[in-house]
Amino acid sequence: MTGIRAGILGASGYIGGELLRVLLGHPRVAAVVPVSRRLAGRRVDGVHPNLRGTTELVFRSMDDVSPCDVLFLATPHTQTMDMVPGLRSVAPCLIDLSADFRLRDPVVYERYYGTVHTNPSLLADFVPGLPELYREQLEEADLISVPGCMATAAILALYPLSADGLLDGAVWVDGRIGSSGAGSAATSTNLHAERSGAMRVFAPAGHRHEAEVRQATGLEITMSATGMPEVRGAQVVCRGRLSTPLREPELRRIHREHYADEPFVRIVAQRRGLYRLPEPKVMHGSNFCDVGFALGDDRDVVLVAALDNLVKGAAGNAVQCLNIRMGWPERLGLAFPGLHP
Amino acid sequence: MEKGDGLMALSCPECESEVSPPEPVRQHEVLECPDCRAELEVIAVEPVVLALAPEIEEDWGE
Ligand SMILES: [Zn+2]
Repeated sequence: MTGIRAGILGASGYIGGELLRVLLGHPRVAAVVPVSRRLAGRRVDGVHPNLRGTTELVFRSMDDVSPCDVLFLATPHTQTMDMVPGLRSVAPCLIDLSADFRLRDPVVYERYYGTVHTNPSLLADFVPGLPELYREQLEEADLISVPGCMATAAILALYPLSADGLLDGAVWVDGRIGSSGAGSAATSTNLHAERSGAMRVFAPAGHRHEAEVRQATGLEITMSATGMPEVRGAQVVCRGRLSTPLREPELRRIHREHYADEPFVRIVAQRRGLYRLPEPKVMHGSNFCDVGFALGDDRDVVLVAALDNLVKGAAGNAVQCLNIRMGWPERLGLAFPGLHP
Repeated sequence: MEKGDGLMALSCPECESEVSPPEPVRQHEVLECPDCRAELEVIAVEPVVLALAPEIEEDWGE
């Protein structure tokens, strides 16, 4: 079988599991190399039971990794930045899903992540892993940094208006996220008794992803985030003011102009039906990001986006970047449309 | 407006997207806008005029 060899560092986490699921079914990936410090030697389907019957793979330790064509880094924030220089000899292309190379400015990184950036000279070498904004750069990129899940949703929600200079002043982004966004560590936050049924405003203002949204859109962003009683899904509701009055058909036309050719962005702003605006419920497992809009009084505008935080918000988006980087059709391995009901 | 394939190109009164009802178009026929999914009623046929069909609003939060 011809195809590439793809390594995954941090393959035992939820994003690592999604990378495994997508890459094992990808027609141009011949071998997947799952790496986990904690679980080296153990079977992959032990922690990712959905993969039972699809793979006999066993986690490896880092010392065991032979060269790959691409390496996905599903490793923790603040630790990944120290690993990157040593990994460049393992694979010619690194796709980082941690936050460590998302922000251009190391001062901003320190403010949001509470620690000094240890490899600031590499920051400018990473291309943001957001095809809708950076497709051409991704075609040539050897270092790719995939944005945060709610950041991806917010950037795609805001981009049509921000790119055309149609938003005026501050934008408030209200993010909602399922529990899988908190990772697979057994912390007290993740206890069922504490989490089940909760709609917890864990970041009333200044959520970390706001720095990414600010960087990508150039807008003055304030972001809050609430943990929802769901496992998967992220949704953002962004409120802003138009710089010039627009009618709804004009908003629709602007969205269409930006996203008509995007394989994974759907414009969802419907007058009828149960799912009139983007809703994560029907996007589980899919690589879509749905974006929608509504007008309020005067020049108030509401922009909504939804995605699966582990797919378009992480692993799926990373594979979309891989497809672009390799010159493959962008939808390869990512065709699953989500579930309903 | 006529299109070459015999479909009529009309504009959705809600979102102004193109709506192409299959001919012949009948009075009181209900169509769906492919874009905003509004239900549109044919209120006249010569020429064809579309209007938003009445609907019941749902409220999830009161
Ligand atoms: Zn319409």
